[in-house]
Amino acid sequence: MSVKLLLDKANIEGIRYYDAWRKNGGYAAVEKALKMTPEAIVDEVKKSGLRGRGGAGFPTGLKWSFIAKPEGVPRHLVCNADESEPGTFKDRYLMEFLPHLLIEGLIISSFALGSNVTYIYIRGEYAWIPDILEQAIAEAKAAGWLGRNILGTGFDCEIYVQRGAGAYICGEETALIESLEGKRGNPRIKPPFPAIKGVWDRPTVVNNVETLTAVVPIINMGGEEYAKIGVGKSTGTKLISACGNINKPGVYEIDMTISVEEFIYSDEYCGGIANGKRLKACIPGGSSVPILPANLLLKTAKGETRMMNYESLSDGGFATGSMLGSGGFIVFDEDQCVVRHTLTLARFYRHESCGQCSPCREGTGWMEKILKNIEFGKGKLSDIDLLWDIQRRIEGNTICPLGDAAAWPVAAAIRHFRDEFEWHVLNPQESQVRNYGLAHYADERNVVA
Amino acid sequence: MAEGTPLFKVTIDGRTVEVPAGTTILQAARKIGGEVTPPAMCYYSKLQGSGGKCRTCLVEVSKGSDKDPRPMPKLVASCRTTVMDGMEVKNVTSEKVLDARAGVVEFLLINHPLDCPVCDQAGECHLQDLSYEHGKADTRYEFQRRVFEKHSLGPYIQLHMTRCILCYRCVYTADQLTNKRQHGILDRGDHAEIATYIEKSLENDFIGNVIDVCPVGALTDRTFRFKNRVWFLKPMNAHRECPNCCGKVTLWNRGDEVFRVTARKDEWGEIEDLPDGKTAWICNECRFEKKKTSDWVIEGPREINRHSVISQGHYVNAVVPNETFPEVMGREPRIKLQIHDVSEVNEPDRNISLIEGPAHSDDFKD
Repeated sequence: MSVKLLLDKANIEGIRYYDAWRKNGGYAAVEKALKMTPEAIVDEVKKSGLRGRGGAGFPTGLKWSFIAKPEGVPRHLVCNADESEPGTFKDRYLMEFLPHLLIEGLIISSFALGSNVTYIYIRGEYAWIPDILEQAIAEAKAAGWLGRNILGTGFDCEIYVQRGAGAYICGEETALIESLEGKRGNPRIKPPFPAIKGVWDRPTVVNNVETLTAVVPIINMGGEEYAKIGVGKSTGTKLISACGNINKPGVYEIDMTISVEEFIYSDEYCGGIANGKRLKACIPGGSSVPILPANLLLKTAKGETRMMNYESLSDGGFATGSMLGSGGFIVFDEDQCVVRHTLTLARFYRHESCGQCSPCREGTGWMEKILKNIEFGKGKLSDIDLLWDIQRRIEGNTICPLGDAAAWPVAAAIRHFRDEFEWHVLNPQESQVRNYGLAHYADERNVVA
Repeated sequence: MAEGTPLFKVTIDGRTVEVPAGTTILQAARKIGGEVTPPAMCYYSKLQGSGGKCRTCLVEVSKGSDKDPRPMPKLVASCRTTVMDGMEVKNVTSEKVLDARAGVVEFLLINHPLDCPVCDQAGECHLQDLSYEHGKADTRYEFQRRVFEKHSLGPYIQLHMTRCILCYRCVYTADQLTNKRQHGILDRGDHAEIATYIEKSLENDFIGNVIDVCPVGALTDRTFRFKNRVWFLKPMNAHRECPNCCGKVTLWNRGDEVFRVTARKDEWGEIEDLPDGKTAWICNECRFEKKKTSDWVIEGPREINRHSVISQGHYVNAVVPNETFPEVMGREPRIKLQIHDVSEVNEPDRNISLIEGPAHSDDFKD
C-alpha cells in the first residue's frame, strides 16, 4: 500500500464540510504555519523538493523565492484551477471532495507569499464547483481561518473564486491573469514574468491546485520528511487521473516509485486494459505531451523499466520519451486509431488557439485540415512530411506553450506511428473500415500465445 | 532617455552598436539599419504594448551578455527583448532564424487572399515586402482559404478582414488615441476577426490612423478606394493649420488632384515623430475631407525610403554597376534570337544608303 498524503481523508463521510474536516485533523497545518515566519515556510517548501503539478514541473520553492517584494505594493497568489488539459481531472477531484484541503493550502501559501487577496481561477465548465469552494470559504471564514487578523497573528487574507469562460488558453498563467483582470485571455509576452508584474502589475505567483494542496502535508510533516517520499527529484506524491481503455479509470495518488507497468496492470490502480485487449499506446501526462507506443512506454530505450516519475518518463527526451506533465494518463488499446486520435487533438488545439501569434494561429488550423484528409482517405504521402515540417516550425516559435502543446502530439504520433499514417494514405478504402492494429509497437506481454 | 542610463554594447550579425539600456534588439538593429534589421509586422514603436505577435522578427541570441554568456535556448522576438551588455545576436546569419521566418511567412500567407492586383495597399504593403524577401514562390496549402465578409466601418474606413494578419496594431491605436475603443478582436484562433461586434461605424476624430498603422490592406481608406495605384501618385509634404492635429501630412497627388492624404511615414513604415517628440498622428478632417490642393501649403516632394514599389523609378542612390558583361562572365552576352537566322530582311552586307526611295521588300531580294 502506497503513501497517501492528499487523498488519505477522501473517504470520510462529510469531509467536504468544515466540521468533519476539522475533526479529522484539518487546519492543523495552518495553526502550525502561522506560528512560523513566511521565509521559514518557503524554506520548508524548498527543502521538500515539491515540483509544480500543473505540467511543467518547475520547483515550487524556487518559484516562490522569485517573487518581487517592492515596498508598499500588494502581492497576490492565484490558484490555477483552470484544469482544461484533455485527460486531466485531478484538480476537479480535489476541489469537489476536499475543498478545505485547498483552502488550507491557500492560507499557508498566502501567508508565505504575503498575499492578502488570493484568487482561485476556476474553469467555466466546472459550473458546480465554485459553489462548493465558496461554501468552504464561508465556513472557514466563520471559523476564523480567513478574514482579518487570522489567529491573532495580524495576517489578513481573503480568498475569491473567479470563474473562467471556458478557454483552454486561460490555463496559461499570463492568459489566466489577463482573464482574471477582465480582459481577453491572451497570453502576455514574457518577460516581465508574473513574479515581477502579474495581476494588476503586482507581483504574483500562480500555482496549480495540486501544488497548493501539497503544501499542507509539507507543513504537517516537514519538508525533509516529505522529500524522503518518492525518488530523486520527484519527491512526494502525485495525483494521476487515469482514463481511456482501462478497467478502473479514476484519480490515483502514487508515490512516484512504482513502474508504469504496475500502474496500468495492478488491481490497486488501473486494473489492466479493459475487455482483455492489448495495450497499444499511452499518453502519460495530459494531451499535449508526446504519445508513447507500448514498447517504449513500459521500457525505456535503454531497456530499463519505466517508472511513474518526472525523470523516468522523460528519459530519452522526446525521441523515445515523454513527460509526466499534469498527470492525465490516457491509455489506448489495440482498437484505437492513432491518426484519428491525433486529428482529435489537432482539432482541439486549433479551436483553443488564442490567435495572437501567427505560427500557432495558422499552423494549428493547417495541421487539422491535413490530418482530416489523411484520416478520411484523401491524404498523400507528402502530407506526412508536410505535417512534420509544420509542427517543427510551430514548436518553440510561439508566445506561449500552447504552440508547443499543439506541435508535440503531432510530432510524436508521426515519430512513433509513421507506418500507421502511411497505411492510412496507401489504403484509403480499408482505413475507413478497420484499424491498423498493433503492428510492432506491442510489448512482449501483449503477444497472445 | 534618462540621464545616466548605461550604454550597452550589442553585436548584431557582426556589427556592433551602443544603445542605452532598455532598448529592444529590434530598435538597436534599426539603428544599424540595412539587412541587419529584422522585419516587423506587428511591432509599432509608437504604440505601447505592440509587438511579439507576428513572430517575423525572431532572432537568435548566440550570447546572452558579458555576465552570462549562455545563448538563449529559443529564438526570441527581437521587438520585445531588451538588449544586455555584450549581447550577440544573429539575424540573417542564422539558418535557424531564416528557417523560422520562412515558416512564419508561409503561415501568414496561407489564409491571405493574395488579391494584391485589386488591393489598395499593394505597393506599400509590408506583407508584400516580407514575402518577396523571405517567402517562397509557391504554396503548400491546398485548402480553401479563410474568408470573411467585407465591412464598411463608417463612411471612411473599409475593413477587409480576409486580408488581416491579426497584428493588433489597430486595437492598440484605438486604445491609445481615442477615449473609447469601439472595435476589437472577436473569437479566437484562425477564426478570430477584427470587428465592431454589432455592426457599427468607428467614430472618433483620430480613428483614421488605423489605416496608416495597418501593415496590410485590411483597413483601407474608403475615399481612396479603387481610385489609383499608390506608385502612380507623387507624394508631397504639405501642412495646414489644423485645430485638432499637427496638420503635417503627405499628399498623394497626380497632377493637381489630391488622391489621398496620409500621415508622414519614416523608412520603417511608421508615422514620424514631430520635432517636439510627439507622433504626427493626423485627424480625420485632414485625412478624409481636405482633398484640394488649395487646402494645403505644399512643402515639396517627399522621398519615400521604403523599398517597396512606390520608390521604383526614383532611383535615388541607385548603384550603377561599373563592370561590363564580358568582365564578369568572361564571354559576350548571348542573344537568344539572331534575326539573320530567321529572316532574310536586313541582310548585313546590303548598303541601305544606296537604295533609292523608300525601301521596299523587293529591294532586299536579289
